[in-house]
Amino acid sequence: MPAPARGAGLSPRPGTGELSAGLPPAATEAGPTQAGAIQPGRSSPPVASEAPLSVEGLTVWVAGREILHDVTFSLEAGSLTGLIGSNGAGKTTLLRAILGFQGVSAGRVRLARPVGYVPQKVVLDPDLPVRARDLVELGFDGHRLGLPWRGRPRRGQVEALLSMVEATGLADARVGALSGGEQQKVLIAHALARQPRLLLLDEPMANLDLRATREVAALLARIAKDQGVAVLLSTHDMNPLLSVMDKVVYLAGGRAASGTTDEVVQSDVLSRLYGHHVCVVRIHGRLLVSALDEHGEEGCDVVAEGDSYREARP
Amino acid sequence: MFSGFMVNTWAEASVMALVAGVVGFFVVLRGAAFAAHAIPQGAFTGAAGAALVGVNPLVGAGVFAFLGVGALARWSRHGRRDVVTALVLVSLLGVGALFLGLSTNYSQQAFSLLFGSPLAVSSSELVPTAALAAFCLALVVVLYRPLLLSSLAPELAAAASRHPGRAELGFLVAVGASTTMALPVVGALLVFSLMIGPPAAARHFADRPLVALGLSGGLALVTVWVAVWAAFESNWPVGFFVGSFAACWYIAGRAWASLRRAQLGGHRRQGRVGLPW
Repeated sequence: MPAPARGAGLSPRPGTGELSAGLPPAATEAGPTQAGAIQPGRSSPPVASEAPLSVEGLTVWVAGREILHDVTFSLEAGSLTGLIGSNGAGKTTLLRAILGFQGVSAGRVRLARPVGYVPQKVVLDPDLPVRARDLVELGFDGHRLGLPWRGRPRRGQVEALLSMVEATGLADARVGALSGGEQQKVLIAHALARQPRLLLLDEPMANLDLRATREVAALLARIAKDQGVAVLLSTHDMNPLLSVMDKVVYLAGGRAASGTTDEVVQSDVLSRLYGHHVCVVRIHGRLLVSALDEHGEEGCDVVAEGDSYREARP
Repeated sequence: MFSGFMVNTWAEASVMALVAGVVGFFVVLRGAAFAAHAIPQGAFTGAAGAALVGVNPLVGAGVFAFLGVGALARWSRHGRRDVVTALVLVSLLGVGALFLGLSTNYSQQAFSLLFGSPLAVSSSELVPTAALAAFCLALVVVLYRPLLLSSLAPELAAAASRHPGRAELGFLVAVGASTTMALPVVGALLVFSLMIGPPAAARHFADRPLVALGLSGGLALVTVWVAVWAAFESNWPVGFFVGSFAACWYIAGRAWASLRRAQLGGHRRQGRVGLPW
């Protein structure tokens, strides 16, 4: 696994003010030498006041290709952060590196354990003899050995979690027979069972219809606020999240920019991130990111059709 | 039919069926039916080799079943699982054919190894069978929760536990051990019909995992009892009855589930199809 020499001065940080905030160059300089010693997810136990997740100078190589380059961001408790990027931008690799499933070449990940995790595309067979209640119970003790002997207190905890995700009526239904949105809710309840300070979700909106997408987005925002959990969810479409997202981490070409939506999703910031000219347009409150012709003009001239089209600049 | 040597048959078949039903529950949940087919072929090869060199077939079956388990656990991480399983299966089966070819009483031995000879179980086989059975059941009991979680979604188990691979390895070992003990009774080709039929049906009859697990063991017991009785009465091979009943259970389970769905109707309650336990 090649770990490229990486001086802090050389690493091109796509610059916004907030992007890769608070990390002096000296802190990342030791990256390649530290990399062997530090395993993400196995780092020293965090102090309660520390951020639930901080990623510093994370570089990941998979099969001779650099998937992530010098990714730096941190999450605050009680915030909802969108991990935005198109297919193949490295969203899943970043989440896997944070969880410790994927080795890293340089950089470090500090996180508060236990971590709640909802993987991408969980396919549950309708014939599985497992009820929603059983799946949530496994969130408490799925890592323990022996047969489960669960008493009444546990039953109450499970029902409280299911009502938190607005899935009370589904407790006795088979998980495989639930709709995609309902399964997502039950998986979120499963992930929250051990009261994590950090909740990671990989494409939770994929394959959901518009209504379920809105429901899940609102639910996650409420969980972040009410439970003080830092929520990080990946998605290729940021628009359903615009009203609930506190911050974004935007991935493109293996690099990341982080900050508020207004700071990051701008033509000049994303152009630096992508390495070529892209244009951010706001249409009917939706953000549209599109590439321009390489020889196209600078700036984003949008053909105005009424007042609803304007360039997305604060 | 309950006197003399038949007592051994009943005892051995019951223990083996219970274990196959319980281990098979996770075989079905994990979609590992192909692995559960390949491992008995390894056991068959081992038993054939043991007969060739004059060792207890149970020892040979055990050694080769665990070779198969090791190969599956080691290589399926790096390649496509079904391809690795198929290659383990055919290579072991090929060696088994060689062992049988080298031995003198080819056809009779091949028949009893492939299809079982339940009416010829001796009392000396009962103790090792009981020990292997206890080992298998203990493994499933200890690994129950991690196995259930990783059967639902491997990544959920990986996030919850530091050593997610251990449950998978323990599961394959349980399949290998249960295969080894079942081989002399129902034979290599039919071991896995007991591991698939009853659990596949039990999924339809019960909504709770532990109830379905118990029911699976129970259905496997009934299957073997009826099959041994029918084989004794008709003098037909016991494997025929085991395989047929296993398929019948599954069809009954499917029919039950669709009946319940029609009966309950409605979107919200469709999720509940099992018996009202």
